[in-house]
Amino acid sequence: MTQASSFTADVCPLKAEKLACFRGGRLVFEDVSFTLDPGQLLYLRGSNGSGKSTLLRLIAGFLRVQKGVLMYGDDGWWRGDAALSEAVIYAGHDNALKPVLTLRDNATELARLMTGRLVPDETLEAAADIFDMAHLLDQPVRYFSSGQRHRSNLMRFAYLKRPLWLMDEPTVGLDAENREALAGLMKDHLAAGGMIIAATHDPIGVEGQMLDMRDFQPDYDLEEGWL
Amino acid sequence: MTASSFGIFTGLVKRDIRLAWSQGGTGTMALSFFLIAVTLFPFGVGPEPKILARIAPGVIWVVALLACLISLDRLYQADFEDGSLDDLALSPLGLSGVALAKICAHWVSTVLPLVVASPLLGLLMNLPAEAYGTMVFSLLLGTPALSLIGSMGAALTVSVRRGGVLLSLLVLPLYVPTLIFAVGAVDASANMVDPAQPLALLGAASLLALVVGPFASAQALRLALE
Amino acid sequence: MHRFANPAQFNRLADRILPWAKFVLAASLLYGLYLAFLGSPPDRQQGESVRIMYVHVPAAWMAMFCYMVVAGASFTEIVWRHPLALLAGKAAAPIGATFTALALITGALWGKPTWGTYWQWDGRMTSVLVLFFLYLGYMAIWRSMDEEDKAGRAASILALVGVINIPIIKFSVEWWNTLHQPASVLRLDGPTIDSSMLWPLLLMALAFKAYFVIVFLYRMKLEINRRKLTVLRMSQVNRR
Repeated sequence: MTQASSFTADVCPLKAEKLACFRGGRLVFEDVSFTLDPGQLLYLRGSNGSGKSTLLRLIAGFLRVQKGVLMYGDDGWWRGDAALSEAVIYAGHDNALKPVLTLRDNATELARLMTGRLVPDETLEAAADIFDMAHLLDQPVRYFSSGQRHRSNLMRFAYLKRPLWLMDEPTVGLDAENREALAGLMKDHLAAGGMIIAATHDPIGVEGQMLDMRDFQPDYDLEEGWL
Repeated sequence: MTASSFGIFTGLVKRDIRLAWSQGGTGTMALSFFLIAVTLFPFGVGPEPKILARIAPGVIWVVALLACLISLDRLYQADFEDGSLDDLALSPLGLSGVALAKICAHWVSTVLPLVVASPLLGLLMNLPAEAYGTMVFSLLLGTPALSLIGSMGAALTVSVRRGGVLLSLLVLPLYVPTLIFAVGAVDASANMVDPAQPLALLGAASLLALVVGPFASAQALRLALE
Repeated sequence: MHRFANPAQFNRLADRILPWAKFVLAASLLYGLYLAFLGSPPDRQQGESVRIMYVHVPAAWMAMFCYMVVAGASFTEIVWRHPLALLAGKAAAPIGATFTALALITGALWGKPTWGTYWQWDGRMTSVLVLFFLYLGYMAIWRSMDEEDKAGRAASILALVGVINIPIIKFSVEWWNTLHQPASVLRLDGPTIDSSMLWPLLLMALAFKAYFVIVFLYRMKLEINRRKLTVLRMSQVNRR
C-alpha cells in the first residue's frame, strides 16, 4: 500500500514544547517536550495514570492545552476542526463500534464521518485482510470477541489516510500474528513519511524514540499551584 | 457548506436515524409513551367531552414535550459510552455541526412520529375540529426547539450516571416559553381566534434555539471529552 | 496563567470588606425594620399586610441580582477560565435560591390577604418560580459530577443559557397571563409610592445586599479552603 501520495498536504515535523495538562483538578504532567519528524515513531511509556492517554488526547484536540505549545512545521498544531481532522487518526481504549451495525457499515460510517465519502470496497477488504477480519466484514459487531473488536478498531489506520497516527495501547490483546501485521502497517506508514505516536507498555518491532511520562510528573508546590 | 461537509452532515443524520430505529434505539419508545400517557388523562379528569376538549391542546403538547424529553436522554450517551464521541469530535464538521446533525436525526426519528400521531390523540381528547391544523402546525414549528434545547441538557448530562432526572431538571424550565406559545396557538384556533401571533412567537423561539442550541451543545460535549 | 492564580489576595480583600459589610447590615437592618414595622403607615387598601412588602420586594430584587452574579461569574469562567469565577458562581447560587424561595413564600403570604389566595398564576410570581427552577438546575449540576472543574463548567454553560432565556420566559409568562386573566390584579407597581414607604424599602434592600456580600464572601473563603484541602490531600496521595 503506497501512502505517500495520499496525504493531502506535506507532512511537517511535530514539535512540543513544555506541554502541561490539568485534569480533574490535578496536574497530570508538565514540561513535556519532544520533536517528531516525518517518518518517525514516538513511544509513550509509563505506568497507568502517568498521562500517556492524556497526552494523546491533548494532541487529538480533545483537551484544551493550558500550558506550552505544539507546533506543526511553522504553524500552531490546532487550527480548526477541518485541519485537525485532516491531520490525525486517533484510536482510543474504547472501540467506537456500533454493535447493531456490521463491521463494513461501521467502517463505512467512520470513513464518511471523516471524509464525507464512502470507502471503495477493495480498500476496505484489503484493510480487513491485514488483521484477518475479511470474513467478518458483513457480521454485526455485537457478536465479536473483544480481540476482534480491537482489531476492527485498528482497521481505521489502513483505510483512512492521515499523516499522524495517535494509538492508545494498540497491542493490547493482539496475538503474535496480528502484532506482526500491525508492525508491518506501521512500518509502511513511516516509510511513506507518516508519523506515529503510540502509548504502549510493550514496543513492537518498530524502531522509535521513547518518551517516559514518569519524567514529567509534577511536584506539588503549595505556594503556587494549589488552586 | 462545502460539498464534502454536506455529505458528512447527511451521512451522520442517516446513521443516527438508522440507529434510533434499530434494536436498542429510542425511536419507538417515545411514540408509545406519547400514546399511553395521553390516554391517562381521561382516566384522571373524567370522560366529560367538554372538559377534555378544553384541556386537549395542553395535554397533547405537555405529553409530546415529555416524550421528547425522555428520548433525549440517550442522544449523546451511547456515543459517549462506546467511544464514538471521540470520532465525532475529530470530524471536519466540528462538534457544533455534529450536534446539529444529531438533533436533526433525533427530530426526524423520534419527534416527527409524535407529530404524525397527534391527530389521533386529538380525536381521543375530543379536540375541536378547528384546532387540528394549528395543532399539527404548532408541533412542526415548535418541537425543533424542544430537540435543540434538550440537546444542550443531554450534552451537559452525558457523563452523569442516570442523567435522565437531572436532564429534566435542567431542561424543563427552558421549555416553558415554547409550551406557552404553542398551546396559546392551538387554544386560539379552538376558540376561533387567529393564531398568527402565538405561532410567530413559537417560530421565533425555535429560531433562537437553533442559534444557541448546537453551539452550547458543542461546548458541553467538549467537557465530556476531557 | 489563571490556573496558578493565588487567592491570598482575594482573602485579604474579603477580610477588609467584611467588617464594613457587617456594619452596613446591622445599621440598615435595624433602622429598616424599625421603619417597616413602626415608622411607616399601613396601606389604605391593604392595611398592615403591606408590611410584607419590605421583605418581599427586596428578596425578589436579590433573586434577580444573584442570578446576574452567577451568570457574570459563569461568563468569566467560560471566557477567561478564572478559577475564582468558578467558585463565585458556586458561592452565589444557593444564596440566590434562598432569596428566590423567600420571595415566593412572602409573595404567597402577601397574596392571601390581598388576592384571597396563596398562589395566583400572576406573571411575576410565575417567572420567579421558573427562576427558582433554574437555580435548582444550576445547583444540581454542580453536585452531579465527581470532577469539580467539569461540573462547574457544565453549570456555567447552563447559567448562560438560562440568562438568555430569562427575558423570554418573563415575556412568555406575561403574555400567557394576559391571555388568561384579562382582569388585572392589584399590584403595587404604580408610579407613585409614598416616601414613607420608599425609605424602609430601600433600607431593607441595602440590608439584603450587605447580607449577600457577607455570606458570599464567607462562602468564597470556604470554597477556597476546600480547594486547598483537596490539593493537600492529593499531594499526600501522590507523594512517592
